[in-house]
Amino acid sequence: MIFGFSIAFLLTAALTVAGALAAALLKNLVHCALSLTVTFAGLALLYLQLGAQFAGFAQILVYIGAVAILVVFAILLTRGAGVPEYRGFSTSWLLGLVIAAATFALLGWAVIKSLPAKVVASAAPAATVQSIGAALMSSYVLPLEIVALLLTVALIGAVIVAMPESRIPKSGADAGGGQ
Amino acid sequence: MTPLAAFLIVAALVFAIGLAISLTRRNAILVLIGIELMLNAANLNLIAFWRFGPHTSGHSDGLTGMMFAIFSIAVAAAEAAVGLGLVIAYHRHAKTTDLDAMTRMKG
Repeated sequence: MIFGFSIAFLLTAALTVAGALAAALLKNLVHCALSLTVTFAGLALLYLQLGAQFAGFAQILVYIGAVAILVVFAILLTRGAGVPEYRGFSTSWLLGLVIAAATFALLGWAVIKSLPAKVVASAAPAATVQSIGAALMSSYVLPLEIVALLLTVALIGAVIVAMPESRIPKSGADAGGGQ
Repeated sequence: MTPLAAFLIVAALVFAIGLAISLTRRNAILVLIGIELMLNAANLNLIAFWRFGPHTSGHSDGLTGMMFAIFSIAVAAAEAAVGLGLVIAYHRHAKTTDLDAMTRMKG
């Protein structure tokens, strides 16, 4: 225990923040994507420390398994031939940095200010996968269906947006009007 | 410092770094990465409050914060797919992902 925190928490927190910082500062886009993966893994470990097993494994499956791969594919697909001349930061980077630092200062101030006087040791809420599944199928069934619809629409839309336009079939009226 | 405050500080750091990435980097994919980091920081907040918040109210089944985080993960996945699809479509037309060079959306 260091400063009242367990070693595991300090290590995972440092890993998470270091991965995010590396994603912010590295020049190579692929390196940025890989350090983003490290951050996702650190966040999944933090979820596991909080006792949220299902959220932790969902984080690993969704973010490391899907989103990180998607980011790497997008980077490789949009990389031009040869070594691009790469200017990493925008011209107004100082302003952006100030805004981000001010946001962190505000959030940190609010967290420190609202610390309770004494630590209330609350019992960890029980959230087995069985209870989560039962809740998803009973009281949360409408949000679940809406999310399923949203995912379907979003993925079909992403495929149509990214598809080459020559392969999208024209409707009959458009083809006739063009002649 | 309580454990809850420690998790909230970590989440605030990740959020601030994600915001800094979105505001300072010039590549559109990196801006999407920054948005993903901010969404993840919000998820960490939700899980931390779920773990350390009170669970004594009668009507709640003690799963509300966890459900928020799970639905948030699903929506963030949809957002990443659409955003990266848009970047790829733009790159097909303009051959660039530099945000300073993206000045028009008409193909």
